[in-house]
Parts: sequence; C-alpha cells; structure tokens
Amino acid sequence: MPFLIYALRRALQAVPVILMIMVGAFLLLKLAPGDTVDALVGDMGGADAQFIARLRAEYGLDQPVWVQLWRYLAKMAQFDFGWSYVYEQPVSVVLLDRLGVTLMLMCASLFFAFTIGVALGAIAARRAYSVTDNVISTLGLVFYATPSFFLSLMMIVVFSVKLGWLPVGGIRTIAAFYTGWDHVLDVARHLVMPTAALSLIYLAFYLRLMRASVLEVAELDFVRTARAKGAGEGRLMFHHIMRNALLPVVTLLGLQFSTLLGGSVVVETIFSLPGLGQLAYQSVIQRDMNTLMGIIFLSSVVVIVVNFLTDLLYARLDSRIELS
Amino acid sequence: MSLADPTDLPPEERRWRVFWRRYRRNRAAVLGLILLGAVVLLALLAGIYEPVDPLRRAGEPLTWPFQTWQTPLGTDQLGRDILAGILHGARISLLIGVVATVISIAIGVVIGALAGYFGGWVDDVLMRITEAFQTVPSFVLLLALVAILGSSIENIVLAIGIVSWTAPARLARAEFMSLRKREFIDAVRNLGVGDAAIIFREILPNALPPVVVYASVIMALAILLESALAFLGLGDPNYASWGNMIGQGRAVLRTAWYVCAIPGIAIVLTVLSFSLLGEGLNEVLNPRQKK
Repeated sequence: MPFLIYALRRALQAVPVILMIMVGAFLLLKLAPGDTVDALVGDMGGADAQFIARLRAEYGLDQPVWVQLWRYLAKMAQFDFGWSYVYEQPVSVVLLDRLGVTLMLMCASLFFAFTIGVALGAIAARRAYSVTDNVISTLGLVFYATPSFFLSLMMIVVFSVKLGWLPVGGIRTIAAFYTGWDHVLDVARHLVMPTAALSLIYLAFYLRLMRASVLEVAELDFVRTARAKGAGEGRLMFHHIMRNALLPVVTLLGLQFSTLLGGSVVVETIFSLPGLGQLAYQSVIQRDMNTLMGIIFLSSVVVIVVNFLTDLLYARLDSRIELS
Repeated sequence: MSLADPTDLPPEERRWRVFWRRYRRNRAAVLGLILLGAVVLLALLAGIYEPVDPLRRAGEPLTWPFQTWQTPLGTDQLGRDILAGILHGARISLLIGVVATVISIAIGVVIGALAGYFGGWVDDVLMRITEAFQTVPSFVLLLALVAILGSSIENIVLAIGIVSWTAPARLARAEFMSLRKREFIDAVRNLGVGDAAIIFREILPNALPPVVVYASVIMALAILLESALAFLGLGDPNYASWGNMIGQGRAVLRTAWYVCAIPGIAIVLTVLSFSLLGEGLNEVLNPRQKK
C-alpha cells in the first residue's frame, strides 16, 4: 500500500513539469516568425486581406494571448497538436506513425549500452589500476568523445562500402517483401549500425559509473564480513557487490533516455530511418513548427513515463528507500 | 631549506604549486592538458597558415592527404584546403565551447543560487522549471531554438547555453543549500548585510569550485552539440566548422573518406582533452569523491 501511494505521488509530481513544457512549446510557437494562417496563405499562393482576417478569426488567432494559450493547452492535453502542412495530416497521426521505429532503436541502444557498459565497468573495477582497467577506461573516454555522426560515417565506410556486410540505410530492404523471420532479420540488420552509433556514448557513461560504483561498494563493511565468512570471490561479486553497485546505474537509465532521444535525430537522419528524430530534422528544414512542437511534447511524455518507471524500479530494488 | 618545500613561498604561489603537484600525479590529466594546448595552438596558427579564407578553393578538388605541399591534408570536393579548415575550425570550436559554457554556467548559477538560498516556493518553482528543461531532449530543443532564432553564430552559442544549464544549476543549488546554514552566514546577516550581497559576495565564492570543475564537461558537450548542428547543415555557413566539414564530406564518403575522417579525429581529440582535464581538476579540487 505505501508503494501504491508512493507511485501515485510520483505521478502527480510530473503534472507541473508537463504543464510547463506545454507553456514552453506555446511560447516557442509564438516566437517563431509566421503563424498557422501565414503557412496556409503561403500554401495557397497568397490571399486578400479580408480573407486572411477571416481565417485568423476562425483559428482564434485574433484572440488575446491568454485565450490562445488556454486553448492550446486544452488541445495538447488531448494529444491534438494541430495540422501538419507538410504531410497534409494531423500532427498526432504523423507522430504515431514514426514513434515505433524510434522506440525500437532507443530500446536496442539502451539494452546494448547498459549490458556491455555494466559488464566492462565491473571487469575494470575488479582489476582496478591494472592494464585491463587502463585499456577499458581509456576506451570509455574515447567513446565518450566520439560524436555519433562521425562514428556512423566511419562504420558506413568500413562495413558497407569496403566490406559490404551491412546496408547503408533504411529500415528494410526495399522491394524484397520478406515475411516472418526473414523480415525480422532484415530489420535487425538495418538496425545494427544505428544502434552501435547511438549507444556508444551511453556505453561509455554506464562503464564509468559502474566502475566507480563497484569500487565504492567493494570497500564497504558488509563485503569484508562476507569475505571473512568465506564467500568465494565469484559469489561475492555477483551476490553482494553487483546488486548494490547497480542501484545508481539504474537511476540513470531514465535520465539518459532524454539525451538518447536527442541523439536519434542525427543517427536517424544519417541512416534514413523513418523515426521521430528524422522527422524532427525534416520539420526544422521545412519549418513545420506544429510537428516540431508535437515531437517536443511527445518525447517529453516518453521521458517522463520512463523516468517514472525507473523510479518505481529503484524503489522496489532498494528497500532502504523510504516511500514517504 | 630546499626548493621542493613550498611552505616558504608566498601563499598564492604555494597554492599553485600544491595544485600543480597534485594535478601532475594523474598522467591522463596531463595528457589532456597537452592535447588542449595542441588545439589552442591550432587555433592560433589559423591566422598564420591561412590568413585569408578557409572556404575558398586552394587546389585540385579531392587531392588525398600527403600528396602536395600546397595542401598537406588534401582538399575536399570543392578544392578547399582541409588543413586550413581544421585550423579555423579549432577557433570556432573553442570560441563556441567557451562562450556557451559561460552562458550556461551564468544561467545555472543564478537559478541554482536563488533556489538554494531562498528555498520554499522559490525553490519549488525553479526546480520544476529545471526538471522541464531536463525532460525535453536537449538536442531537439536546440534544433527548435535554432530554427526560430536563425543560425548565426551568436544565436547558436546562446541556444547551446539555454539547453545546457540544468546540471550547473543543480550543483549550485546543493552548495547554496548547505552553505546558507553555516555560522558565518548567520554572522554577516546579523551585521545587516542584504540577501544580494550574501548570495554574491559571501556564498558564491565558496560554492563555485564544484561548478568550475563541471565547466570542462559542459565545454565538451557544447563542442559536441555545435558539431552535430553544423553536421546537419544548421550551423553558421560563414565559418569553417569541423561538423560542417564532415557534413559536406558525406557526399563523397564512398571514394574520399578522409574528408570526413580528418575533422572527425579533430573533434574526438578536442572533446577528449576537455574530459581528461575535467577529471584531473576534479581529483585535485574535490578529493573526497575519489580514492
């Protein structure tokens, strides 16, 4: 029961944050040169002043800013982000169309970065200050300094151009019409390089964090007690140290999700993956502000949900956390 | 009396010596300092090697590196000298890194200071704003800001500052929260010193060290953000930028991959130098955090 109350309270805390993001999106829209009617009129190739005034009234753009803000918030709360003049569809439809690819890429990258990063970090910490540790730690720093777009291009040179192993871009082989397992494998092959490019920086991040965390936990009294009682090094590592060392790493899973979504802009653009990131880039180029604000709002909601889930996971994992 | 004994030096100099002795113990941090020195040197050389314009044609298009003395690192598809681009790009990267970091820390420290010092509803409101900024993917927000403000170099620097102030704000807030309860603050308050003076003259100097250490992290982040923007073609087109060189080199990636590889390595080394520097500083200034 206290867990349920805790979850409910955490969920309520997200409300002002979401509200603030919606107000922020409205302000950005107001700051942007031109409004919906300008876009419409531009599409039509010009119109007379009377018609423009009528359109403005119809869209509520002649109202005071406060009224406009209120209407905007009310619409956004229902996931209505307006009309995309580039795609000739409601923005929400365009977004839902693209969400799947991005979530797939995100989860694959997070999984890859987390597992490899935690494993390497634990190995480095167990052999702290040895050659192995130095190599792993240096690799981590280099990974952290490598921009994903640079890595993507170099991977394309090696694995697509020189070796011909992996496709250069897209989410599936065009006109191949695979079904069943062949289709899954085909999509997976297309996701190998984007996943690697996106996860590298986060892999470095988890590696460093896990190394520091294991080193810290290994010094604690209970580890010494367990060792004194005759626990083997393997059991000590997996049963006693890892469990506690993982806690801070898990909290950062949620925080990194937002940065990961930002990184997908570059990676999806390079590999022509039809996801939210590529859509964000195209919306900037085509000045499709409604779509861009929709992406900001939707990705924020995704981040909030992921953060909420990691918080719950953390509270479950660490019984020392008070739920009040 | 030996020279190695720092106690007989004036206090200011002594502090620097101790600082340097601790810093130099970390070999990686020294490497970072050397790398950073190299990048600064590149930026300074830009005016000597190619004083005119790195964006103009300098030789045959797509000359590979080490073929002719005229263009030692080769040329891109428009015949522009890659070495000149690297040198001028170093200027832009450092400039953007430093100015964006100053903006980001200025915003962060003010917000963190107000939240930490006043607490209560001020803290609540400011922290919700901070959370909102942390929730929105910063690169997407950066794209939106650049789309709205336009992509001149001033606007890019400002936009990078706006999307990266949350971490320094949290750091400053934590410092202010612990410092405002100290006795010396009670003492100055009883002397009738106002809030503004307490914040800026009494607490701020004590709260700055951890924030300054974090500056190198923001610097690395700012350089990465700018290069990604320029790569996508959303940077300022009037300046040579490493990201932009890579973005344009993409068109000839299959045959002339060096056009992308050379500026890419420059970015990696620059960001690496700031990371190493940050680690070295952290070890010296916040010794409690590490063994």
